[in-house]
Amino acid sequence: MDKFDREKALNVLIALSLLIIPFIAIEMDEPFYVTLATRVVVFAIAGVGLNLALGLGGLISFGHAAFFGIGGYAAGILASHALNYEPLMTSLFELNGTTEMLIIWGVAVVASGLAALIIGLFSLRTSGVYFIMITLAFGQMIYYFAISWPAYGGEDGLSIYVRNKFPGVNTLDPINFFLICFTLLMLSILLISVLKNSRFGAALQAARQNDERLSTVGIHPFKIRLTTFVVSAMITGLAGALYADLNRFVSPSMLSWHTSGEIMVFVILGGVGRLFGPVVGAALFILFESIFGGLTEHWMLFLGLVLLAVVLFARGGLIGVIAGKTRHG
Amino acid sequence: MTSVLFIEQLLNGLQFGVMLFLMAAGLTLVFGVMGLINLAHGALYMVGAYACATVANYTGSFWLGLVASLVAAAVAGAVVEILVIRRLYKRDHLDQVLATFALILIFSEGTRWLFGSFPLFLNVPDILSGPIELPGGLLYPLYRFALIIIGCLVAIGLYLLIAKTRLGIRIRAGESDREMIAALGVDIRLLYTIVFALGAALAGFAGGLVGALQSVQVGMGEPVLILAFVVIVIGGIGSIKGALIGAILVGMVDTMGRFLLPSFFQLFMNNSDATSVGSALASMSIYILMALVLVVKPKGLFPAHG
Repeated sequence: MDKFDREKALNVLIALSLLIIPFIAIEMDEPFYVTLATRVVVFAIAGVGLNLALGLGGLISFGHAAFFGIGGYAAGILASHALNYEPLMTSLFELNGTTEMLIIWGVAVVASGLAALIIGLFSLRTSGVYFIMITLAFGQMIYYFAISWPAYGGEDGLSIYVRNKFPGVNTLDPINFFLICFTLLMLSILLISVLKNSRFGAALQAARQNDERLSTVGIHPFKIRLTTFVVSAMITGLAGALYADLNRFVSPSMLSWHTSGEIMVFVILGGVGRLFGPVVGAALFILFESIFGGLTEHWMLFLGLVLLAVVLFARGGLIGVIAGKTRHG
Repeated sequence: MTSVLFIEQLLNGLQFGVMLFLMAAGLTLVFGVMGLINLAHGALYMVGAYACATVANYTGSFWLGLVASLVAAAVAGAVVEILVIRRLYKRDHLDQVLATFALILIFSEGTRWLFGSFPLFLNVPDILSGPIELPGGLLYPLYRFALIIIGCLVAIGLYLLIAKTRLGIRIRAGESDREMIAALGVDIRLLYTIVFALGAALAGFAGGLVGALQSVQVGMGEPVLILAFVVIVIGGIGSIKGALIGAILVGMVDTMGRFLLPSFFQLFMNNSDATSVGSALASMSIYILMALVLVVKPKGLFPAHG
């Protein structure tokens, strides 16, 4: 039990330091670091989503950029309609865009969930290497669709001129937006933690380890996996909506397979299946990007080398190194 | 007039398909024999294209460039196999995906470092430039026509290699039972390196050939890699025959979709809407094809193992 407590203590430490950093940055009059911390938080949410499918469910999805991007486009499309005073549709009844974050999040979550439901229905019929390639392919399908569909900017992307609104909070202040994102990150981690320890979580982990046994006790692994995939996509979709608001810009690059790879890297660097793994992974990634990105424009080369070394020699990620192995791998 | 255009597009689809086959064959071979998913296959395609463009521009001979593309990709493949890939065979697919994703980053940024961000250009060799007159008076670019022929020759060569030679016997044996052929005294490590280098050489060769049609630039391998994945998912992972049929199917559907769908939608929409709906759908067509194949046959058209 000692190791488990060590991971819990580490988690608290991670959450607190992430929360404190922007306030220190404000004190030191370096508002840029608030944005950087917000990026960490948003990427971490995307990673938390993928970690549910990948870490707990063993579903190696290489298409999570699709959900990240759909969430982003939900925010971008709704906001651009509202800001341009163009209704979304007029035929059946008039539907207007909105700049309310709460509504945007809802739409982003539902849209990415629906996309995951359809993609999951096809791709979860397969497993292993097929599943990886098919999720990758469906992700690319949506990417190419976004590029060739001219209505919302096509290849150029879509700008959100003013950050969307949240009731009672001035979202234009970076620290407020950070706190909104941070709260959502904590809530999503809480959701995963509740799921993990529920009967559903037990069934999911059983499905990862042994399909047949799960079927013999009367649980349908496909339904469990599909539900997981959809919930995982919803969390990543929410991150996409926040990312759009953070940058005030969405573009097809959010949907590209590099983004899928990066979200996966967050999960791996931190530690697969760990509650706070994606947080640590995203922080490492951003740290790496800002340190090496400042030194050389070829920092991706070094990211590749580090990633290669982690995969070959340090399985379990950073949390695995510090907190020790889990009871079951 | 339209039938001429139609046949020309069919040939373009075929040409695209055979080039995809060169990519997909290596991927499917490596998966079939070693059970490895290799995202860095597109990087080897890029290596071939850069080698071809560099040597061709330096020596003035396209053919030397092609030889260079084969050699450079095979060497790069062998080195990568010995340094990295070898450690991944016993790992799960997640580790393989991540390590080869890391290789893409290394190859792409390394190439950008060496050659800069500007694309290189590679000219079609003189004897293959200009059109060829096909039966029926149809004029078709000779170079593209040559690509179709070369692709078919490589497919036949690969078939003969696998069906008729000792190396081919070992490759097939490696696909069905790894432990057994090791027990029979075949140097399995060497075999794996050879198979990986062979797949890399095919990808590099495709890169060199296609490099003369488009610009040679960093990241050029990635769209092709993903198409090659779609091909082998449709064909059945591990099956060379599946890769060939899948590649031609994908090449045809993609090319014909881009050609026909916009005019199809013009039948009941105004022109600009039809073009955007048509081209958006066309870009999705091969993925829809893949989804349909998976509904009917979740293991692809020609499942390799039973």
